Amino acid sequence: MALSYHLQFVNLLAAMLLLISFAMLSQRRIAGLITLFAWQGAALAASAALVAWATDQHHLYYSAALTLALKVVAMPWFFHRTVKKLDVRRDVEPLINIPATMLIGIVLVIFAFNLALPISEFSGTIMRSTLGIALACVLLGFLMMITRRKAIPQVIGFLAIENSLFFAATSATYGMPLVVELGVALDVMVGVIVLGIFFFQIREAFDSLDLKHMEKLKER
Amino acid sequence: MSTGIVLQFAQTLLAVLLAPLLMGWVNQCRAWLQGRSAPPITQPYRTLRKLFHKDAVIAHNASPLFRFAPYMIFACMALAAGIVPTIANDLPFSPAADVIALVGIFALARVFLALAAMDIGTSFGSLGARREMLVAFLAEPALLMVFFTASLISHSTELPVIVTALAHRDFAIYPSLAFAGVAFWMVSVAENARIPVDNPATHLELTMIHEAMILEYSARHLALIEWAVALKLFTYSALGIALFMPWGIAVQGSFAALPLALLAMLAKLLLGGALLAFIEAISAKVRLFRVPEFLGTAFLLAVLGMLIHFLLEV
Repeated sequence: MALSYHLQFVNLLAAMLLLISFAMLSQRRIAGLITLFAWQGAALAASAALVAWATDQHHLYYSAALTLALKVVAMPWFFHRTVKKLDVRRDVEPLINIPATMLIGIVLVIFAFNLALPISEFSGTIMRSTLGIALACVLLGFLMMITRRKAIPQVIGFLAIENSLFFAATSATYGMPLVVELGVALDVMVGVIVLGIFFFQIREAFDSLDLKHMEKLKER
Repeated sequence: MSTGIVLQFAQTLLAVLLAPLLMGWVNQCRAWLQGRSAPPITQPYRTLRKLFHKDAVIAHNASPLFRFAPYMIFACMALAAGIVPTIANDLPFSPAADVIALVGIFALARVFLALAAMDIGTSFGSLGARREMLVAFLAEPALLMVFFTASLISHSTELPVIVTALAHRDFAIYPSLAFAGVAFWMVSVAENARIPVDNPATHLELTMIHEAMILEYSARHLALIEWAVALKLFTYSALGIALFMPWGIAVQGSFAALPLALLAMLAKLLLGGALLAFIEAISAKVRLFRVPEFLGTAFLLAVLGMLIHFLLEV
């Protein structure tokens, strides 16, 4: 393999993304989860900036800056504040125990790698082999949303999916047009704020952030 | 060939003599980080000398295995230290065992230690032996997976070939090795009975694993076991260096590179020991029932490393 050094570094960052996704799956504390989410954003921003530098795609610089501002600084700060206000520092309660979740995660990774192999053949970018990792991260985000009971880990799982979709877009097509990316970023930001308001509403109504309570219909 | 044998002897002797020093350095760093006044770095040597001068006390119902085990354990560790390249690569002894056999040598030492612990029949001994076996049977597959990842990159399970492939070829970033490195750290923490799996500083605590097994030993037997423990830490550090940062290990038969290799090894060991002490200082010991989860994570990381290798590096 005669890859240039920045490309090897992008591969390393892709592997870091996957590592962080697994770390998020195994994390028991909400504060640790938020920190890991910030690290994921940082790895994402670094990889986007590196690809931009390697391929002269200037719009990717803006994407990287946007990622850095929103997902590394703004959202983790917002989450930490929400957690402090809601006073939910207890452990994340998984539906399936953590080793079992990790085993399912490994199976998902193998599935994603096999699935992405034929797709990445069609792509013309320099980092197409990382598409499998992006897909695996998406599936791991889904897994996290499915196996967590509380609202905040579910939202972070959703944001992890968004992160990995961004990475998939970068690795398959050097990212979406800037307008689309701006729109997505703002959507996510608004989504997070709305969900933040929802956290308080859910707790008002049910006295807990456990979404299990929302499965029952109440008639009043 | 004769220079190779001389080098081999020198390297093994160096490992055996330096091992307590590494232990002393880790203990010193740990004491500094915990805000205690540190014992001198030569403290392990003084402990060993003191223990060798004492008269051994052995339980009445001890079988010959109990007396024999410390020598066996020490011999296994010395053998392992001879196989892992620390300063010079491709020595005459290294084809004797590849990484898989190396895992076997560690397992042999562990089996003897566990048998000796159960030999006297005290409750602490068998408790420690059982716990040790629980940790070991989870740590071994993870360790093998780490070795397989490194072997896949270099197409060989022989340590000299792996070191040559990683150190003396063009520099390349291997993402799979990053995963394997984290997994290796977790496994070596468990195997060397360090925090967060076991606390080396405890005596007579219900949570102890390694210390529970050697409670019945005294004098020269205890000294040999303590020395073997230091040697095991040294060998694992050397393995970590050989797999993940092998730059500086001299190629075969070049005496000119040896001083530099020695300096590089000392620097890496100092750094590694300080890092180990730092990680120990910031983490808490986990419950015994969390240990399977800890080692399961190590196994998963090593498997992930292999998968990443197939995706990105083939």
